[in-house]
Amino acid sequence: MSDTHDWIMEQASLLRDRGETTPRPARDPVNQPQVHTWLEAIGDPNPVYRDTPEATEVHGGPVAPPAMAQVWTMYGLDPHRPADDPLHSMMQVMDEAGFTSVLGTNCDQTYDRYLRPGDHVTVTTRLESVVGPKRTGVGEGYFVTTRSTWRVGDEQVATMLFRVLKYKPGPRSSGPDPSSTVRPARNRDSEFFWEGTAVGELRIQRCNGCGALRHPPGPMCPHCHATDQGHVVSPGRGHVYSYVTHHAPQVPGKQLPLLLAVVELDEGVRMIGELRDGTGSRLEPLSGPDSGAVEIGTPVEVGFERIDDDLTLAVWRVVDGGSA
Amino acid sequence: MSVPFSGAASVAGIGATEFSKESGRSELQLSAEATLAALTDAGLSPGDVDGLVTFTMDNTAEIALARELGMGELRFFSRISYGGGAACATLQQAAMAVATGMADVVVCYRGFNERSGQRFGQVQNWAAGQSNTNGLDNAWSYPSGLSTPAATVAMQARRYMHEYGATSRDFGAVAVADRRHASTNPAAWFHGKPITIEDHQSSRMIADPLRLLDCCQESDGAVAIVVTSTERARDLAAGAVPVLAAAQGSARDQFVMTSYYRDDIGIPEMGVVGRQLWAQSGLGPADIDTAVLYDHFTPYVLMQLEELGFCGPGEAPGFVADGAIELGGRLPVNTHGGQLGEAYIHGMNGINEAVRQLRGTSVNQVEGAAHVVVTAGTGVPTSGLVLGRDG
Repeated sequence: MSDTHDWIMEQASLLRDRGETTPRPARDPVNQPQVHTWLEAIGDPNPVYRDTPEATEVHGGPVAPPAMAQVWTMYGLDPHRPADDPLHSMMQVMDEAGFTSVLGTNCDQTYDRYLRPGDHVTVTTRLESVVGPKRTGVGEGYFVTTRSTWRVGDEQVATMLFRVLKYKPGPRSSGPDPSSTVRPARNRDSEFFWEGTAVGELRIQRCNGCGALRHPPGPMCPHCHATDQGHVVSPGRGHVYSYVTHHAPQVPGKQLPLLLAVVELDEGVRMIGELRDGTGSRLEPLSGPDSGAVEIGTPVEVGFERIDDDLTLAVWRVVDGGSA
Repeated sequence: MSVPFSGAASVAGIGATEFSKESGRSELQLSAEATLAALTDAGLSPGDVDGLVTFTMDNTAEIALARELGMGELRFFSRISYGGGAACATLQQAAMAVATGMADVVVCYRGFNERSGQRFGQVQNWAAGQSNTNGLDNAWSYPSGLSTPAATVAMQARRYMHEYGATSRDFGAVAVADRRHASTNPAAWFHGKPITIEDHQSSRMIADPLRLLDCCQESDGAVAIVVTSTERARDLAAGAVPVLAAAQGSARDQFVMTSYYRDDIGIPEMGVVGRQLWAQSGLGPADIDTAVLYDHFTPYVLMQLEELGFCGPGEAPGFVADGAIELGGRLPVNTHGGQLGEAYIHGMNGINEAVRQLRGTSVNQVEGAAHVVVTAGTGVPTSGLVLGRDG
């Protein structure tokens, strides 16, 4: 897991919060020619889907195969998608994060009633969940689940839970095990900081006596000696004060080379952390001194890398537009 | 009432084991051998010792060393913290004890299997796991992966380069000087193996901007130093090398290896040491004939030259250029080869070299050396010495 994970979950959260899309009407009403084509392709001889006495006897006329629910609102060959389509948007997020391959895993449909020729359905979709990263046989990935609802007018006629695995193809690299990351010693003086990172907050100690900000924190203000210490939540912006590319030796839980920085925050305090690129991915090493995407003064903003339930680290993303 | 300190105590004996990558014996044995050698050098016996000083980090207890050597009663023992920053402070403890009458003969010792045993250059998980303020301090760096000495120094070095225009080649000048001196020192691991600046520039990156040849060795070995009163030392086998000044230093907002939060980066703690050394000894940088500057990583040698006043802030790259810190230059530095060239014994082997220079017995003797400054580990609370030629 990494800062990429945080970014994915953040995007997923945004898409999930949008809820259902605007109802999108099918290109055509339910119609017999499309049903015939589908039955032919599937090889389904059931007479109730055709203009037959059986259809009349059972249903009072032909009905559409329920499994065609999704067919009516398929996009066709036009590559354009509505901007609010949550599955498509989430796929783009995953592609950007490097999870470029897709595998369908679940498609659970429920049918409220048969559709008949002439019914004109609409569909709405919402992003239900994004779960991961999971190690699978095909690679590491995320399960992306959407739920679609078809309606005729206001009447719900069918729903579908659709789940795909978006993954990085190939065997998982035998990289470092993040769970071996060195754990910080904590006590009552520093716990607030780690509780902050766990919920995506960069907390800077603030003296309740004189207001001085301080990092690393401590129990007594060096300025006014107050022991009443609070904190502020920082927007997490700053610049690179110094940096190093660690090549050797191995560091538990980290992939080398590792870019590390002392960041000077806009508030004036400094913090140590790993440098990442704008998307939160690992920065490739600089080929030599004073080359590459990072230099002293480069603006950065905070991100959060969840190692596990016990530890989330603040990491620093190079702000797009880069070097100072 | 103040007790006169400068010159009251002297180094009366020095000893060391061989320096290797695998000693093949215990750390206790190494320290016992070095201590015995130092006492023999001084013409003393273990029964004469009544004080022992070492590093907090040393794995050999004073009482264990005393048992091995058959020492009798001890009346002074002390340990100094902060890794290599302790080196010169062990002599300060010993000299203070002698000057105040707390002890007559104190041995400072440091012994370890730092290469074949626990290597300091690797990530030390225990350092972040300590249930004390040091462990809490390390919580701000180790989990992110800033967890080796080289990387923590590289962070300072990068900023130093930015502020003063220093380059990797400037750091390399230290490595070239050290290795030149080691090449003619039979006790050095890199005896007979000098390097060029091109060798330095082509060595692999460890923690950019630090290359392999910016980093000291990892070594097995032990060093011991006997301190007694100058008066008594004059009558002993090797004579007296007076401790003219001895100081410790820690600066505002001090951390261990990660003092990144104060206004100015660098090693102001060495400035604290330097000012005391000059005040105690009545000497200044111009009086120093040769220096032993703690060189676990080359950039800190440059920064020490500035903090000790050999040159101004940012001027060290110019100061070390053109062989100025090599034998024959204006200030020969680390004539034993330093910790890059001779061995990494946590700075204690450099004190022995200072003593040899003042006795006139160094293999890389600086003609007429009368005053030598010695420093301890940098990036941490540290210490320093000025030793002089007697008489």
